[in-house]
Amino acid sequence: MSLIEEEVTLERLPLQEVPPRQRIVEALMSKDTTVSMEEDSLEHEMVLNLGPQHPATHGVLRVLLRLDGETIVSAESELGYLHRGYEKLAENMTYHEYIPHTDRLDYISPVANNVAYCMAVEKLLGLELPPRGQYIRVICAELARISSHFMALGALAMDVGALTVFVWALREREKLYDIFDVLTGVRFTVSYMRIGGMAQDIADDSIQMIRAYLDGLPEAVNEIAALLHKNRIFLERTTGIGIMPPDEALDLGWTGPNLRGSGIAADLRRDNPYLVYNELDFDVITRQECDVLARYMVRFDEIKQSAKIIRQCLDKLPKGDYSARDAKRVVPKKGEIYSSMEELINDFMLVNFGQAAPVGEVYHSIESSKGELGWYLVSNGTGFPWRSKIRAPSFVNLQGLSRLLEGCMISDIVAIIGSIDPIMGEADK
Amino acid sequence: MFKFEALKEKSPEFLFESVDLRDDEAAVVPRDQILAVARRLKTEFGFVQMIDALGHDRMEKKDRFEITYNLRNHITKQRIFLKVRCDERDPHVPSLVSVWTGANWHEREAYDMFGILFDGHPDLRRMYMPDDFEYFPLRKDFPLMGIPGSIPLPHHEDADPRFDVANRGE
Repeated sequence: MSLIEEEVTLERLPLQEVPPRQRIVEALMSKDTTVSMEEDSLEHEMVLNLGPQHPATHGVLRVLLRLDGETIVSAESELGYLHRGYEKLAENMTYHEYIPHTDRLDYISPVANNVAYCMAVEKLLGLELPPRGQYIRVICAELARISSHFMALGALAMDVGALTVFVWALREREKLYDIFDVLTGVRFTVSYMRIGGMAQDIADDSIQMIRAYLDGLPEAVNEIAALLHKNRIFLERTTGIGIMPPDEALDLGWTGPNLRGSGIAADLRRDNPYLVYNELDFDVITRQECDVLARYMVRFDEIKQSAKIIRQCLDKLPKGDYSARDAKRVVPKKGEIYSSMEELINDFMLVNFGQAAPVGEVYHSIESSKGELGWYLVSNGTGFPWRSKIRAPSFVNLQGLSRLLEGCMISDIVAIIGSIDPIMGEADK
Repeated sequence: MFKFEALKEKSPEFLFESVDLRDDEAAVVPRDQILAVARRLKTEFGFVQMIDALGHDRMEKKDRFEITYNLRNHITKQRIFLKVRCDERDPHVPSLVSVWTGANWHEREAYDMFGILFDGHPDLRRMYMPDDFEYFPLRKDFPLMGIPGSIPLPHHEDADPRFDVANRGE
């Protein structure tokens, strides 16, 4: 259905002369590089495919490499192997129905995606949570950040050879999964947040488990530090590798630990505070060296900062309600739905037709563990978003990959990809 | 705090149409001025970070597609939105890759999903869909379930054709 009256057929892309499979290789070959090459005695270049199926590409990422011996002349990354059409799906379901899909984006820290999406929808609807709900959201977001950073550290260490660190990091993540299990009922893709609040209140046993976890965290982190931070092999494989100058990082749109590893102290929790971050005391970790080790250390130190934030939140956790109670826009409590007629009707309307959002556009983002995770929502007045664009930090961070890979050796590729910490679920949407 | 009216006062030839985006500044700029405005925003007003660029199908007879650029000044911490519209019959928009390198992949994604052609883009290929995909998925006339036969699906020679739902469209 075209908007032009004459045609009734669907738009078809005019096929171009260059066969499609060649186009990415063309881009690879035609790229200007900053690498100066000495005479290669063997005199041949090679195109190597670091395929979508690879143990060290952090998911289904394909990188085509143009090699001169062991040196990379240019690289092109290809995404889309995990493309699931999330933005199209969002246009066809209510705001509430979409929450489980948000878990599957950055699947290493699912509850952070829930928080980001629910906050964007609440900004559209004009809802605000009571203080207890906001503190619980901060606790969940920071637990997700710890979980994600452990994964990043473990994966980077494993990629450069330190397999033990990976297992230890996953052991710490397992404890976090147990916490989420008690807190939300689900270990992994929690879908804990709701539009206007969350599924249930935080219980005392969850608080105790979180405190016990935080007490054991310094020892776990120090174990990893003792193994890696003075290790000659680790330091030589990560120092001076993958240098991203700060002005180029800004130009590419990098955010998060990648940008802070290049010396720019940009953190949305400090710059554009949301939830209750302006009442909490924490440091924005920045490193000046711009290399793989700098980005690793930023993530490493941020784990301790997140622990500090969670402790403050647990100490300051106010009493009260955890969700905004708005009959027409927030799903009521289950007990009330089963016993009261009005809540039953509201629940029916909300589940079937969605919240009637005002017409307009809104953007809201949070500082997730990878960078700025945001949603741009366009509403046409119904309960279904007209357009829901996910600002995925891994997508933007991966844009810098080909720039970082120029001139390095093959063995540096995995260290660089590990330091960017891409999650293909959110890069491919 | 940057405001689009301030830019208009300095250079009256720029035309803006303000859009309400809650607390952030947003404006629609005509297609022939977008490159100049973008350059000014980056060099004079410090919006060096291109956070995001998205396409959006407005389903209007005139100016069907709208591209929104999400820009941020990391020093003043301000965020603004720059929008440009193009018609379905002439879906060409100047590419902002010469201003922000980060626009590259975002514009490729907008091309992939909507069919908006960015003039001056160094490498306009599809981002997510296979290169030989013939449709633009995020347009409102593309069905959610997809079009049978538009993507090659795996099939097995011994599969019973009665149950081979995936390949019925071919």
